[in-house]
Amino acid sequence: MSVLKAQALRKRYDGLEVVAGVDLAVEKGECFGLLGPNGAGKTTTLRLLLGLIEPDAGTIELLGEPVPRRARQARRRVGVVPQMDNLDPDFTVEENLLVYGRYFGLGDRAIAARIPALLEFAGLAHRARARIPTLSGGMKRRLTLARALVNDPDVVFLDEPTTGLDPQARHLLWQGLRRLTAQGKTLLLTTHFMEEAERLCDRLAIMDRGRIIAQGTPRELIETHIEPFVVEIYGEQAGPWAEVFGSRLCRRLERAGESVFCYTDDGTALLENLRGHPALKVTHRPANLEDVFLKLTGRELRD
Amino acid sequence: MGHFGLPRLSLRFVPVWRRNFLVWRKLAIPSMLGNLADPMLYMLGLGFGLGALLPDVGGVPYLTFLAGGTVAYSTMNSATFETLYSGFSRMHVQKTWDAILNTPLTLDDVLLGEWLWATSKALLSGLAILAIVWVLGLEQSFTMSLWILPVVVLTGLCFAGMGLVMNAVSPNYDFFLYYFTLVITPMVLLCGVFYPVSQLPVALQAVSAFLPLTHAIELVRPLMLGRVPADVALHVGVLLAYGSVGFWLGLGLTRRRLLR
Repeated sequence: MSVLKAQALRKRYDGLEVVAGVDLAVEKGECFGLLGPNGAGKTTTLRLLLGLIEPDAGTIELLGEPVPRRARQARRRVGVVPQMDNLDPDFTVEENLLVYGRYFGLGDRAIAARIPALLEFAGLAHRARARIPTLSGGMKRRLTLARALVNDPDVVFLDEPTTGLDPQARHLLWQGLRRLTAQGKTLLLTTHFMEEAERLCDRLAIMDRGRIIAQGTPRELIETHIEPFVVEIYGEQAGPWAEVFGSRLCRRLERAGESVFCYTDDGTALLENLRGHPALKVTHRPANLEDVFLKLTGRELRD
Repeated sequence: MGHFGLPRLSLRFVPVWRRNFLVWRKLAIPSMLGNLADPMLYMLGLGFGLGALLPDVGGVPYLTFLAGGTVAYSTMNSATFETLYSGFSRMHVQKTWDAILNTPLTLDDVLLGEWLWATSKALLSGLAILAIVWVLGLEQSFTMSLWILPVVVLTGLCFAGMGLVMNAVSPNYDFFLYYFTLVITPMVLLCGVFYPVSQLPVALQAVSAFLPLTHAIELVRPLMLGRVPADVALHVGVLLAYGSVGFWLGLGLTRRRLLR
């Protein structure tokens, strides 16, 4: 059963179509990842799905409610973790939860009863009375996630939830997100960390220039869109080597500066050849989601 | 593009108001001092200092004359500061409004909460000056002076509504200086806070008639002196018009700013 369905969604700003015909269906209990380079239209898509802005065309149904017409009703059962922390700096950790719960029409007693579990979930039980400026970046993110759960939502939207976190903090947040899917909550997250998408998401959509250009499980995307192995070759001689051997030994070849990425079905002949070029540094590995992403969205910078 | 549709008002604004109240409660003492010290010092300093040099103004001692203007002026300042600086912090710097918009509340609820919150703070400022008036016994009739309270609320709504317009179009804090220099300060000088408007050249008196602070003072000052103000409907109408048009326009501009 879909908890979120969007069809032919479009949104245009000053002549530029930021969302250019997006179709999405997110099933109950899954973690769905929306991947894309900066400016791909991910955040605008989330804002459309939440009913914060009106689409120029297309239909949205969130938890059975038509959006944006009944977005308010839909948002009663939705939690949102925004890209930028917007906790209330004047409040303590628990006051942030209390005040946010009131926006959902919850009574103070009902919220107070939920706070200990939320603090435990966020690993902040010992910091209930701490003020926000005294928290680390990871703590703030975890509190923002806990705040998004104050109304016990069925669906949680997360916009780049781990951007700016160190690896420890990121892993802790991932554990939290896994606990949520284990509880049957549906997650919709945007990210440009492939590792995050690969670890957390059941299904992914890769978005670029306002369109969804590929969709499937992480494994399907890798199997469908890319050769199974990658040999990365670095060094001053990588370019000249590629001129001579590239087209014969690689099924597909990409160059970025002094690096050569050689995609193959079976690297035996290639590795044999590279043993004869000791000046080159070589890494041989299975293809991953990042390779798919770069193949589909290109290697040039997006700012 | 539909941003300027009528406000959809409901009681859902209450949690927004309570959020601001909770912050205020934590910072109440410095916040009150900051809000009140300035108008209070002006009133007492000028009232006693300058007042000693002056004959009666408008038929009463200068301090009494000044008290009516100060109630209105302090109310205006408080509503203005709250919607400009504090409102801008919540909207633009802390992104508090964005956080609220992800809940079942809408921008209409947020702005109604902010409007009424700024009015509440304005009421507090007006009330504080009134308390000094009562302590010094400047009012002619205590019962009549109680009618100043609804006028203070109306004045708060008026200037909070206008402030929301400025907040909606401001790129940064510095921008508010224009509003103070071009709108608030001229109003303080042209609307009869420190001297009767009748002392001004006729052309400036005509300008004064269009400024909302004039109408607030035209209501407060007679009530302070125990009299029923003249043209009540006109003054109330002007304050209501500035306040409600301000709120509607501020909401529309804020929708255009945040919901795109």
